[in-house]
Amino acid sequence: MTVSDLAGSDETILVAQARQSDATAFSELVRRYENKIFRLALHITQNREDAEDVLQEAFLKAYEHLDQFQGNSKFYTWIVRIAVNQALMKLRRRKTDKSVSMDEQFDTGEDTLVREIAAWDEDPEQQFSREELGRILESAVQSLEPPYRSVFVLRDIDDLSTEETAQALDLSIPAVKSRLLRARLQLREKLTRHFKRKGDDAFAYL
Amino acid sequence: MLTCKDFLRELSDYLDENLAGEARTELEQHIAACPNCWVIADTTKKTIRVYKGMDPYPIPPDVEARLMQALERKMAAKQSK
Repeated sequence: MTVSDLAGSDETILVAQARQSDATAFSELVRRYENKIFRLALHITQNREDAEDVLQEAFLKAYEHLDQFQGNSKFYTWIVRIAVNQALMKLRRRKTDKSVSMDEQFDTGEDTLVREIAAWDEDPEQQFSREELGRILESAVQSLEPPYRSVFVLRDIDDLSTEETAQALDLSIPAVKSRLLRARLQLREKLTRHFKRKGDDAFAYL
Repeated sequence: MLTCKDFLRELSDYLDENLAGEARTELEQHIAACPNCWVIADTTKKTIRVYKGMDPYPIPPDVEARLMQALERKMAAKQSK
């Protein structure tokens, strides 16, 4: 079978074929998710060389351990989990304090999260070119703390459910929810600088 | 009465449409009466909207080529076992 025949194939079928050592089926799975995995690896490691290693290691590991994939989650959630673990290992090796973890405790008080209130236009993104908008959105995400960043990318950009995000990052559901809220509010704040309606003055809140 | 702090705590569930019945009604009443919280709800909703489905930058061709080469080596090794 050629790759183009597989492009629209159901994921479960691809995984089953890949398990029977069908190299083309596994390559199709890689092609489907490599961009997202690379983006996630970049977001966690913030280093292109590390992200490239994570990308390779994650897919090689997945191929090697394909028989351990239970099939009760999506293949994507499974590969994300492998990639996150590889990325965290990179970070730990790089940091001397060895304390990097997705489980780090953060202040979860919401009351300090809102500083600027200003209304936006109906479609504020239309004031920017695609490239400009891409840069604004990307740099706002990059400025989040890593645990918030991973949750936001999986939940709001990749559109995983709360449960899938929790599974992929090995977090509890309340932890996913509280990090997501903080990430969303911080991004809202950062984007307000670009998107606020001209002429509106910001005023203090709470 | 719902406070602004209560509103912030429920905001994600509200925007994800996981809030139903009385909790949703109370939140909507608060938003209607509190201009600040209305702005926060509206701008957070738009924040989520602009990011949703944002395409990843395509993986650089050299990175993809190295990934595929590494996989081919792995696959060849597995086949020959």
